Amino acid sequence: MSSIVSLKRVAKRYQRGKQTVEVLHSLDLEIEAGDFVALMGPSGSGKTTLLNLIGGLDRPSEGEVSVGGQRIDRLSGSALARFRARHIGFVFQFYNLMPMLSAQANVELPLLLTSLSAGKRHQHALTALQIVGLAERAKHKPAELSGGQAQRVAIARALVADPTLLVCDEPTGDLDRKTADEILGLLQLLNREHGKTIIMVTHDPKAAEYAKHILHMDKGTLAPQAVA
Amino acid sequence: MLKQIIAVTGMNLRNLSQRLGVSLVIVIGIAVTVAVLVSVLAMSAGFNKTLANTGRPDRAIVLRGGSEAELSSTISRENTQTIIDAPGVRRDADGKPIASAEMVAIINLPLKTSGADANVTFRGVGGKLQVLRPELHIIEGRMFRPALREVIVGRAAQAQFKGLGLGSRIDMRGSQWTVVGVFESGGDAHESELMADIETALSAYRRNLFQSVTVMLESADTFKAYKDALTTDPTLSVDVKREPQYYAAQSKRLTELLNFLATWVGGIMALGAVFGTLNTMYSAVSSRQMEIATLRAIGFGATPVIVSVFVEALLLSLIGSLLGGLLAWLFFNGNVVNTLGSNFSQVVFRLTVTPALLGSGVSLALVVGLFGGLFPAIRAARLPIVEALRAQ
Ligand SMILES: Nc1ncnc2c1ncn2[C@@H]1O[C@H](COP(=O)(O)OP(=O)(O)OP(=O)(O)O)[C@@H](O)[C@H]1O
Ligand SMILES: [Mg+2]
Repeated sequence: MSSIVSLKRVAKRYQRGKQTVEVLHSLDLEIEAGDFVALMGPSGSGKTTLLNLIGGLDRPSEGEVSVGGQRIDRLSGSALARFRARHIGFVFQFYNLMPMLSAQANVELPLLLTSLSAGKRHQHALTALQIVGLAERAKHKPAELSGGQAQRVAIARALVADPTLLVCDEPTGDLDRKTADEILGLLQLLNREHGKTIIMVTHDPKAAEYAKHILHMDKGTLAPQAVA
Repeated sequence: MLKQIIAVTGMNLRNLSQRLGVSLVIVIGIAVTVAVLVSVLAMSAGFNKTLANTGRPDRAIVLRGGSEAELSSTISRENTQTIIDAPGVRRDADGKPIASAEMVAIINLPLKTSGADANVTFRGVGGKLQVLRPELHIIEGRMFRPALREVIVGRAAQAQFKGLGLGSRIDMRGSQWTVVGVFESGGDAHESELMADIETALSAYRRNLFQSVTVMLESADTFKAYKDALTTDPTLSVDVKREPQYYAAQSKRLTELLNFLATWVGGIMALGAVFGTLNTMYSAVSSRQMEIATLRAIGFGATPVIVSVFVEALLLSLIGSLLGGLLAWLFFNGNVVNTLGSNFSQVVFRLTVTPALLGSGVSLALVVGLFGGLFPAIRAARLPIVEALRAQ
């Protein structure tokens, strides 16, 4: 039982005015520890919705969601927050860095939720910046970084607390080909060398090629798995 | 938890410079509110201080029965004698009662500020004046002499009106009076008056009626006996009041008005400031949406976010209130204000911006900040993370 993510008959419905819209239909999914999964599919097919359920940002309307062996589909808001702090590293399309904090301070943010001392936090953040190749930019503010560099800082922030799972929603959606390839190479390195489990949403077939597996989503259901 | 609170709040405060424009709405709104509140209260405090300084519990003032103020009171010479000789009045070393039967008239003098005429109380006083009112001191020149048309002027009156310098001449009822002295009397209402010898004043005004009698009692405790003696005397129809009671009644109207102003104007402005703060803090929270959603996604709890909103609202309110207090203090503290006091003439008093008043200004501002921050803080805490993250 080496599944690190397990979804059973998961449905997600939204209320739109008087109408109820089902976005995910009785969905089953298993992701193994150490996997690198690319999630593809047309716009509106429910990729972000699924990612949010796995990342503990949202709860399903029906079904079970387990991450790292823990059921998270019925957790309270604060328990979910603790779960995210402990197990999930998020990478967003637009980096979502805090503009007034240096790269170093941005990376340290998740460590404020741990019991690490200030010295240790500093050290861990620097190590994470070294892994993404940006140690020399530690003092820079996000506005002084290129898109690719900002996304590296965001990746350093996502992995600094050593999460169970990296969850990336279109991490290269805002980057040019060359920079995207560098970021994808970095994710691949994190997966291969550091054993990070990664699930990544992308519209870009070239990006998906960096993953070990590609999942296709359409209208709220997953197509049968295919090996990349 | 404290680490998180400090980090999120610190981050937010550093970010405040980017919202300077809207933040000023809070600062200025609260500064104006506090400045107005503090100055109205300072007025009330100054006025109360002036009237509280007027009168002693062991002095009584006697007016004709049913008269609210001296101007509407008349007492015959015969009656003043009965009032002065009644039991309970303290006697001087010479064995004579310490009392003053007084005449009050209103004269017009030009104000120094505008040149417009305003009312001044002219008081004819008896020979025992300085024994009766030991708080009264000549600070310049000398005391008036009986039988001469000489007046002494209160310090506050001199500061307020033109032509009251030593040696100046004043026209009253077609006769000329000379200012021979300036007096102070502990900052009380009499400092806004002019005083002269009673008999000289009566004859200049061709009167033989007095307006009031002020007596020094043997002690504050003999008031009841003294009052009973006068009110049971069938030849008299008078009201007897302790001085502080009389002056408090005179000032009641204005004090009530000022307190009404402070409560309502202050209250309405504070309410306005609450809405201004609410509005600004809502927009602050919505401009922080992405920051807040990202922090929450990372795993931060709602508490640091709530605290950061409150700290911002309270800090801005505090700055506003200090600014407002400073404005009130700079512009109004010690300002001389005159108003119609007893006898419908000018009573001069000073606005006093005390630390206690500044304290109430700051407290009000913090209450405003608390209310103005409350709902935005709740909104920030309830921000749906998923929706906020989609909003980019
Ligand atoms: N809060 C919500 N209320 C109502 N409908 C929603 C809500 N959030 C998402 N949806 C709907 O759910 C569907 C799936 O949205 P989702 O964002 O998961 O798609 P996606 O695959 O990530 O699309 P994209 O590639 O454009 O990011 C869409 O039709 C969307 O409109
Ligand atoms: Mg999406």
